[in-house]
Amino acid sequence: MALIELLDISKSFEGETVLDEFNLKIKENEFITLLGPSGCGKTTTLRILGGFETPDTGKVLFQGQDITNLAPNKRQINTVFQKYALFPNMNIADNIAFGLKISGKSKEYIKDKVKYALKLVNLNGYEKRSVDSLSGGQQQRIAIARAIVNEPRVLLLDEPLGALDLKLRQEMQYELIRLKNELGITFLYVTHDQEEALTMSDKVVVMNQGYIQQMGTPEEIYNEPENAFVAAFIGDSNIIDGIMMEDRMVKICGQVFPCIDEGFGKKKPVDVVIRPEDIIIGKPGSGILDGVVTSNVFIGVHYEMCIEAGGFEWLAQNTVSYPVGTAVSIDVAPENIQIMNKPQSEDEEALALDE
Amino acid sequence: MSKKIFSGPFLLFIICGTIVPLGVITFYGITDRSGAFTLENITAITTGEHMEALLLALGLALISTVICLVIAFPLGLILKDSKLGKKGFMVFIFILPMWMNFLLRTMAWQVLLERNGIINQVLGLIGLPDLNIINTPTAVVLGMVYDYLPFMILPIYNALIKIDKNVIEAAYDLGAGYRQVLQKIIIPLSVPGIVSGVTMVFVPSLTTFAVSNMLGGGKVNLIGNIIEQEFTASSNWNLGAGLSLVMMIFIVISMAFIEKFDRNGEGNII
Ligand SMILES: Nc1ncnc2c1ncn2[C@@H]1O[C@H](COP(=O)(O)OP(=O)(O)OP(=O)(O)O)[C@@H](O)[C@H]1O
Ligand SMILES: [Mg+2]
Repeated sequence: MALIELLDISKSFEGETVLDEFNLKIKENEFITLLGPSGCGKTTTLRILGGFETPDTGKVLFQGQDITNLAPNKRQINTVFQKYALFPNMNIADNIAFGLKISGKSKEYIKDKVKYALKLVNLNGYEKRSVDSLSGGQQQRIAIARAIVNEPRVLLLDEPLGALDLKLRQEMQYELIRLKNELGITFLYVTHDQEEALTMSDKVVVMNQGYIQQMGTPEEIYNEPENAFVAAFIGDSNIIDGIMMEDRMVKICGQVFPCIDEGFGKKKPVDVVIRPEDIIIGKPGSGILDGVVTSNVFIGVHYEMCIEAGGFEWLAQNTVSYPVGTAVSIDVAPENIQIMNKPQSEDEEALALDE
Repeated sequence: MSKKIFSGPFLLFIICGTIVPLGVITFYGITDRSGAFTLENITAITTGEHMEALLLALGLALISTVICLVIAFPLGLILKDSKLGKKGFMVFIFILPMWMNFLLRTMAWQVLLERNGIINQVLGLIGLPDLNIINTPTAVVLGMVYDYLPFMILPIYNALIKIDKNVIEAAYDLGAGYRQVLQKIIIPLSVPGIVSGVTMVFVPSLTTFAVSNMLGGGKVNLIGNIIEQEFTASSNWNLGAGLSLVMMIFIVISMAFIEKFDRNGEGNII
């Protein structure tokens, strides 16, 4: 059974719809990430779960019980707020201890827990510091510590690593996953960093304008985006207009590429997604399309190149560098070509996903 | 250089408005009628009559400050949380009296509370016993509270609305109930507002003579009345100035005390 269920949640602010019949099931001990552009309703979803916002319609269920109107302090849910929201009138230790003191834990227990939490977020010995003496990233980590010491059933994290540098972020990602496994906490995580979403989550929910665009494992989201929005949002990709000639044959830039998708019908316009790392660069004439390298940038590990071929600017990644001006050919393995229906309208896009 | 030019007017103001009057008062305070140096005007505070007036003033000022605080804080909370679109308007209503002449407001209470005043007429009409508080300390406290309440509401309200909404939500999120949020978050974070409110009510209440004159009918003698009488009726400027100096030092000390309380007590006041 799902631990948490959001059923047909709609919410609008001043007539502007932010969430539209939003449905989500969260299983016990699952790590779910909401991923989407700014303003798509991620924070609003968390606030409804935390009890700070009441949905206009729909229900929130916790272990099958309706908690839609339950006060935030009565929920077994803790939040790491996007804006940290540390208590400025308390030192760091008191901030972290807040929830434990409320629930009447012993002094010894609290002291140990505070120490443990500070160690976890890499801020040993910060007990007596004041909130405003901390940097943004440090405050953010204290906000995480303050929520996790309570060992809630569910932890809501609203872009909890946004203010950290890459190295620290990776460390914290690792720590959070370890915590999840150790304590059995269910995580609902919000980020707009797709890499973070893909590395950490059991399930990724891609949102746009209050609709769920796609829900699935990181692999599914990355390898089989269901529409152009998801494809464009998750990683770099080439999104090209194509025509499905027949099963397993798609025509792109005037050339027919073999692929593995079926059931789209004949001569049907589709969106085609090809990841840059899946483009095979070869000698002119050896691939399907011939073209010329128009730009080349080293981005660490590999080179990112633009190749003008068949009237389309292809983004390609390769560990071998082809200098600008080189004549090349491109080829794509059939299984790396992802075919998607063109959306008729935004609503249809969302509806297709609700089933 | 240019900075100096701009600060000129302020300097002039400080000299004319603060230093010169202070010097004059100090001069009067430590001399006698003939101009000879004496500390008698200062030590005069310890005489029975003066001490009594000082203690009464202190008592009444404390009572009215506490009453103002007890009214203003919950009111501030209500105003802050009210979902009314015209929040600003509500606050405006409460501080409106502040812009009416102070003497006029006090005089109004005089008329209301008089033996045959409006309140007693209304009480008589509905068959209730008369309210005889005019010319008592109670009437003076009432006047002080009415006059100075806006000075308590405004800073407290300002402190309350400045509290980050997210911080309050975080406290609820961590399991705190309303009482705990109030005790551990809202009250500690509004201490600066409470301190300025307390100062702004306590100091004028302590030194007032107008309110006690009008609502005390000469029967409630506060230290302010004594000082005023020395300057007017008795024309003893030296004694008046001496007592004022004592009051001033007294206020400076109590303000320093409150200020210290503000800084140390952060988080665990009350
Ligand atoms: N209290 C509110 N009043 C009015 N509009 C609101 C309110 N809260 C959110 N909104 C609007 O709802 C939309 C979604 O906001 P939300 O905070 O959920 O976005 P988000 O996905 O968290 O974005 P970000 O990644 O920038 O944090 C935005 O357009 C925002 O302006
Ligand atoms: Mg947000």
